Amino acid sequence: MDFINAIILLLNYIFVPALAYGSQLALGAIFVTLIYGILRFANFATGDMMSFGTMFTILFTWYFQSLGISLGVLPTALLAIPFAIIFMIGYMLLVDKFVFKYYRVNKSPPVQLAMVSIGVMFVTQAVVRIIIGPSDRRFFDGEKFIIKAGEFKEMTGLNEGLAIKSTQVITIIVTMILVSTLFWFLNKTKTGKSMRAYSDNEDLALLSGIDPKKIVLITWIIAGILATIGGALYGLDKSFKPFTYFNNMLPIFAAAIVGGIGNPFGAFLGGYVIAFSEILLTYAYRKFFMYVLPETMEPGGLVQLLSTDYKFAVSFSILVIVLLYRPSGIFKGKVL
Amino acid sequence: MAFFEGNNMTGGYGKGPDIINSCSVNVERGEIVSILGPNGAGKSTAMKAMLGLLNLKSGTVIIDGRDISDLSPQDRVKEGISFVPQTKNVFSGMTVEENLEMGAFLINNEYKLVKDEIYDLFPILGKKKGQLVGELSGGQRQQVALGRALMIKPSVLMLDEPTAGVSPIVMDELFDHIVKVKQTNVAILMVEQNAKQALNISDRGYVLVTGENRYSGTGKELLNDPRVRSSFLGG
Repeated sequence: MDFINAIILLLNYIFVPALAYGSQLALGAIFVTLIYGILRFANFATGDMMSFGTMFTILFTWYFQSLGISLGVLPTALLAIPFAIIFMIGYMLLVDKFVFKYYRVNKSPPVQLAMVSIGVMFVTQAVVRIIIGPSDRRFFDGEKFIIKAGEFKEMTGLNEGLAIKSTQVITIIVTMILVSTLFWFLNKTKTGKSMRAYSDNEDLALLSGIDPKKIVLITWIIAGILATIGGALYGLDKSFKPFTYFNNMLPIFAAAIVGGIGNPFGAFLGGYVIAFSEILLTYAYRKFFMYVLPETMEPGGLVQLLSTDYKFAVSFSILVIVLLYRPSGIFKGKVL
Repeated sequence: MAFFEGNNMTGGYGKGPDIINSCSVNVERGEIVSILGPNGAGKSTAMKAMLGLLNLKSGTVIIDGRDISDLSPQDRVKEGISFVPQTKNVFSGMTVEENLEMGAFLINNEYKLVKDEIYDLFPILGKKKGQLVGELSGGQRQQVALGRALMIKPSVLMLDEPTAGVSPIVMDELFDHIVKVKQTNVAILMVEQNAKQALNISDRGYVLVTGENRYSGTGKELLNDPRVRSSFLGG
């Protein structure tokens, strides 16, 4: 019984949260990797673009709530996301037209574009703070739990409860649908293949008659969808605070690089690698050992490898280790 | 008047100096024409000028009687001119089949028939259609590159050193394939370092020196010309 309790404990505090957090990171990482692979620069505005998309999701959620529209047990935000995506894509295309396009046409080196994206990051950050402010916001409504810890305990008679939040399930389901659609698009459709071809060998893609303008447009559209959904899911699951989104850029970049930058499938798995490492290394295992070890060997401390304050140190260390020992990523990507 | 011709082309890259000077090259359908010459003679440049990859200061490029001098490379592809670059001429992260599909990007209708023709022409590609091109041997990659270029059913095929960096046996094999392509009534223009072997399969050849036409003639004539022999063919 103790053993089952231990397993439930890990499921509740590590596995389920990491799976949800990993999905959110994965969407961001695929966004980074697509921009890197096709537009050929590291987009430092990733985190803030995600917060921009989330901001619009919140604004639309408020608007729908004021109209009395809701999805019942599901969060209203799900209804707001498609509208937010449209605004996000519009913003990205605007930025591309007035900022990135100039450097792309002049064939500027990737480092220059990366610096330009830092400028875009600051501007986006400022716009978000002007519109919605820097404070912490929760915009979740609907049914919060699918399984509550108490109910689970009653049902199973175990000491440990397993709580599954509806946002976690929504995150995982939406991510799976989105990612599988994206991979289907990239691998099976002509446009998707032409995007891969453009990423693989730009000159030859041009010689084959692939239109670079169309590729850039579609890349931003996909990026807008990923950024908004990834950001909104994170905001629903936790809360929306512009600064947190800026901070999330580190684990997102780490995920993209671990997976081999330029490789969308790698970025997808990279998200989970980072999420699981962060949570596994910062979880206090005291209770777990209390269940699995005999009473005499009960641990005195928290048995926590790292304080949760250091969770970014985990992604940063993974990033450094990967860059040192396997610069092309765990799955084969472009060497940075 | 030949099917595809570049007349008195002068130009260079960007704002740099002229690399080709009043250089003329032409090719008929069903003919292989080689451009030869020492390093830096402007062979590849002449070919790229005909594709539209550099701005000509003067001279014209004509296909089938139409002046295409002002068209972009992409638009020239639509005119049926296909180009196989010397390096990075395949999508190495994609499968053989996807490479061919990308070659047919401009053909909206049935490209599957053309794909089968390519597999007939290069049987090895049919056997390895699901494999990533980056995992193929050098010779097979060149075949993929040729196949990709042939997918639009071009009337003109331009090859920039198709046999660079492959072994002599593979080189012979590739030249055999190029001859097979010629028999499908395609005009083939190629730049080659392996001058002797190239002239052996060529109907005509041009020898460029410092961006200008120096000698021209049929493959046999050039092979037997003592001046060409002593300067480019090694005696």
